[in-house]
Amino acid sequence: MEQQLKQLEQEALAKLQAASNLKELNDVRVAYLGKKGPITDLLKGMGKLSPEERPKMGALVNAVRENVTAQLEQRAVVLEEQAIQEQLEKESIDVTLPGRPVRSGNRHPLTRVVEEIEDLFVSMGYTIAEGTEVERDYYNFEALNLPKGHPARDMQDTFYITEETLLRTHTSPVQARTMEAKKGEPIRIISPGKVFRRDNDDATHSHQFMQIEGLVVGENIRMSDLKGTLDKLAKKMFGNDREIRLRPSFFPFTEPSVEMDISCFKCGGSGCNVCKQTGWIEILGAGMVHPNVLEMAGYDSKKVSGFAFGIGAERIAMLKYGVDDIRHFYTNDSRFLSQFHRTEG
Amino acid sequence: MLVSLNWLKQYVDIEGIAAEELAEKITRSGIEVDAVIDRSQGMTNVVVGYVVSKEKHPDADKLNICQVEVGEGDVRQIICGAPNVAAGQKVIVALPGARLPGGVKIKKAKMRGQESNGMICSLQELGVEGRVVPKAYADGIYVLPEDAVPGSDALELVGLRDIVLELGLTPNRSDALSMLGVAYEVAAILSKEVKLPEIQYESISEKAEDYINVRVEAKENPLYAAKVVKNVKIAESPLWLQHYLMAAGVRPHNNVVDITNYILMEYGQPLHAFDYESLNSKEIVVRLATEGEKIVTLDEQERTLNAHNLVITNGVEPVAVAGVMGGANSEVTNETTTVVIEAAYFEGISVRRTSKELGLRSDSSARFEKGVDPNRVLLASERAAQMLAEIAGGEVLEGTVLVDDLDKTPARVVVSPDYINSRLGMKISLEEMLSILNRLQFDVEAANGLLIIDVPTRRQDIKIEEDIIEEIARLFGYDEIPMTLPEGNEQVGGLTPYQAKRRIVRNVLEGAGLYQAITYSLTSDELAQKFALKAEDTTKLLMPMSEERSTLRQSLIPHLVEAASYNVARKADSVSLYEIGSVFLGQTEEQLPYEEEHIAFVLTGKWVDHTWQGEKLNVDFFVAKGIIESLFEKLGLTDRLSFTKTTVDGLHPGQTAAIFLDGEKIGLIGGLHPTERKQYDLKETYVAELNLKAILAATVEDLVYAPVPRFPAMTRDIALELDRSKPAGEIVEIIRQAGTKLLKEVKVFDVYEGEKMEAGKKSVAFSLTYFDPERTLTDDEVVNAHNKVLKVLTEAGAELR
Repeated sequence: MEQQLKQLEQEALAKLQAASNLKELNDVRVAYLGKKGPITDLLKGMGKLSPEERPKMGALVNAVRENVTAQLEQRAVVLEEQAIQEQLEKESIDVTLPGRPVRSGNRHPLTRVVEEIEDLFVSMGYTIAEGTEVERDYYNFEALNLPKGHPARDMQDTFYITEETLLRTHTSPVQARTMEAKKGEPIRIISPGKVFRRDNDDATHSHQFMQIEGLVVGENIRMSDLKGTLDKLAKKMFGNDREIRLRPSFFPFTEPSVEMDISCFKCGGSGCNVCKQTGWIEILGAGMVHPNVLEMAGYDSKKVSGFAFGIGAERIAMLKYGVDDIRHFYTNDSRFLSQFHRTEG
Repeated sequence: MLVSLNWLKQYVDIEGIAAEELAEKITRSGIEVDAVIDRSQGMTNVVVGYVVSKEKHPDADKLNICQVEVGEGDVRQIICGAPNVAAGQKVIVALPGARLPGGVKIKKAKMRGQESNGMICSLQELGVEGRVVPKAYADGIYVLPEDAVPGSDALELVGLRDIVLELGLTPNRSDALSMLGVAYEVAAILSKEVKLPEIQYESISEKAEDYINVRVEAKENPLYAAKVVKNVKIAESPLWLQHYLMAAGVRPHNNVVDITNYILMEYGQPLHAFDYESLNSKEIVVRLATEGEKIVTLDEQERTLNAHNLVITNGVEPVAVAGVMGGANSEVTNETTTVVIEAAYFEGISVRRTSKELGLRSDSSARFEKGVDPNRVLLASERAAQMLAEIAGGEVLEGTVLVDDLDKTPARVVVSPDYINSRLGMKISLEEMLSILNRLQFDVEAANGLLIIDVPTRRQDIKIEEDIIEEIARLFGYDEIPMTLPEGNEQVGGLTPYQAKRRIVRNVLEGAGLYQAITYSLTSDELAQKFALKAEDTTKLLMPMSEERSTLRQSLIPHLVEAASYNVARKADSVSLYEIGSVFLGQTEEQLPYEEEHIAFVLTGKWVDHTWQGEKLNVDFFVAKGIIESLFEKLGLTDRLSFTKTTVDGLHPGQTAAIFLDGEKIGLIGGLHPTERKQYDLKETYVAELNLKAILAATVEDLVYAPVPRFPAMTRDIALELDRSKPAGEIVEIIRQAGTKLLKEVKVFDVYEGEKMEAGKKSVAFSLTYFDPERTLTDDEVVNAHNKVLKVLTEAGAELR
């Protein structure tokens, strides 16, 4: 019987070593240590032994059983390890394949420019005022010191709808309307919107374009405030090392009127094709609100003063992003629009 | 305005200042110099030549062989094709080695076997614009006066050793539409004096008033002066005069016309010369035209006049359109001997209106429109008399026939230096201010802390204190203004709730993969109402530039579909664009149209295109609907949103829904109709448009946290057999109504139509979630609640599967 036991032990150990996976190993365990296995059978047959032999044999069987169990466990560890290795192998992927794209679109470059400017001015205490695209002649011209027959009306050839209504030629009617509504109260607004002029669409003209108007009215608003504000704008849009200069100009609704140039962001002022060798780039028009405009809106022009400026969003976007044809902004070619996706800086 | 520096030097000392530097100074202090034009354009080796002889070229009909003396004893053979070349002429010769404008290099050459050592030049070949070259030389070479010296610099002689500044004048600076005006500006900038022309001439004893009488019958003409000059000899003007005119962009004609143009440029005062004989009358009557009255103007066009057009007449018929253009009937010709010179002040608004109506703009109308200097009108007439005497050999009759009711007093502006500084935000001393005003030659007096300024009438643009502020600031230098920020603001900046939510709407759509488009508000009449949520009266332009852009849109969809088509035509396999913009509803004479902000999008082509995994999905109705649902979810409006099948022209009748918010129709969504798709060359395309104004106006409750569930939810599924046309949404609604408060969610998780179903039927499976936040539900409770739902469904005629 002892002999038989030894042989069983040898057999079991050999088989468990031969097991190549956890399932086979489990089969070995069931085969040798299970309720119907030979070792259990041996234990059952112990009743036939003499009382002297019984404990001896019992110890022997237990020893074999423990040894086989221990070996099984050891083998299980090995096989488990092996199984994990196989799984890892199987699950291994080519990490250089492209990821699953997450769809995302983006804003139009003009909106990008507008929002950037809005955010700057909001941070300086401005609110955003919006107006309508169809306006009255009164708010578009007359309230802005451009009476009927004024030669400067030629500067803005207009789409009329009726004698008295038109497509606004600038966002300035929002100025006039805001002043009228504020009834003498201080104002700080920024007003973006679509505007229209009778132009044939080509690389540098568009019958519809986007303007951003700024207006500050209050006691003691000075031309130096205008200059300081425009400097902030220039630096925000074109970089902190930009310088600005003002040149005298003319708009019927401001006096004095200026145009603002910035030092060329490409060459820094030494002269290049962007600034047409001048070192300066014309950016916007501005000025101190004309007393007639203040008075017409019910402000006392001796007590309060104000400044206003108007920026063409297309011009800013064309300069900032190097866009060479204004029509790109209105063709909505995906290959154009999708370029304005990423952050800058 | 083109300003010849040679001419400008006659009035102000600009010696020692480079043209570029002068241009920069002028630009920085007020008038933009658009260009600095060197009229010599770097030309070299261009000399005076004397045509000794001319023979026909033996082998070329149109060519001549000329022997040309280009210096003492230096005679060269030059082939010339100009029709007007002749022996004995003094001409302009470009010698071999010469460089001409446009990169032309002159070399020795053989022309049809004959040697040519240079080129006899036209003015155009020297870079002069054809439209200003005198007609006699417009189609050939330019002929110099007989006293020109062969071999000497021809450029000097034809006035091309000159630099011209091109001024970009703003409408207020009409004072700079004259050489004298520019001289005053330059003098102020450089602190120099202005040297005015000296006017001196002798009159004969005959009196102008015996030749002509002037009557003015219209208030638009407050000043009319006529001078009469007889025995003028019509001829070419002296070269210097012609060259000044050409530099200023004016074509020389004859001495009389040239003199009036010269003075127009010099003083900014338009003049007109009538041929006295052909006036055929001893009187000039200025009046408004009669309706439909006709005149043939100098450009030989017949013009029909309106009753408010101001005309100059001979008492019978018009002889000039006042301030715009003379009439052909009284034109100065080669036979003219006596001229009447008109110097007048015509109201700007009247001239502007007439010039616009006739579509006729002239150097004259451009100046009257903006207001000429009332104090220069008579001066200009005297200057004309002087020049006609000096240059055209005329005899000036005594006196000026004058009707004068024009106010010529200077504008007075009183301003305090403190006010000036407070508006500028700087400290300019009184002395500095006085110095600037003196440089401008404004008449100024400082008294009681005020500046009392009489502004010369040439500066019509200066009327109020702010105008003086600008004058002082621009000449002091805008660079000197400090940079500050406005003080004393109590307003908090920020976006309105509408503006803030609109940005979030953009984020949602962009997060869903859509690109923002911006299209035109103007569209064609045909497209204006297409896809409109509510079509109302359209808003149309009075004078559209094209039919395509004639009417304001009532839907954003048409232009988005066009944009999609544009992209697909350029091989885009996926287009997803959205736009936020206004539509324009209703228009009456008095009312502006109602502008309503909408949001719309278009989707076509691939939606998911993960190439290597092999997963693909084209856009469909539910992609589009999902975008709207996620937008409403973001805005907290999910429960208030519903869709109902509808039909819309241009959309697929089986794939279109109206969108409702709180039961109000606020949008539409649908597939583009196959015939539309064909027209735009598009595959399956889905569009939607929503009234953004209405959506963002819907207010939602403040966000309050709900406890995170501590108890499990339980789900039960139901499969129903339904008619194919039965909307699943209706069943969901029935289930919702039937569910007790334990029913938290109903979802459609499967829809099946096909072989296993009877024709006209479909199977729809719903998943119902039951949940009680207070405790774990028992099976019985769920069964009870679920049975209620089943019972209601059965009663409603649904067949359980």
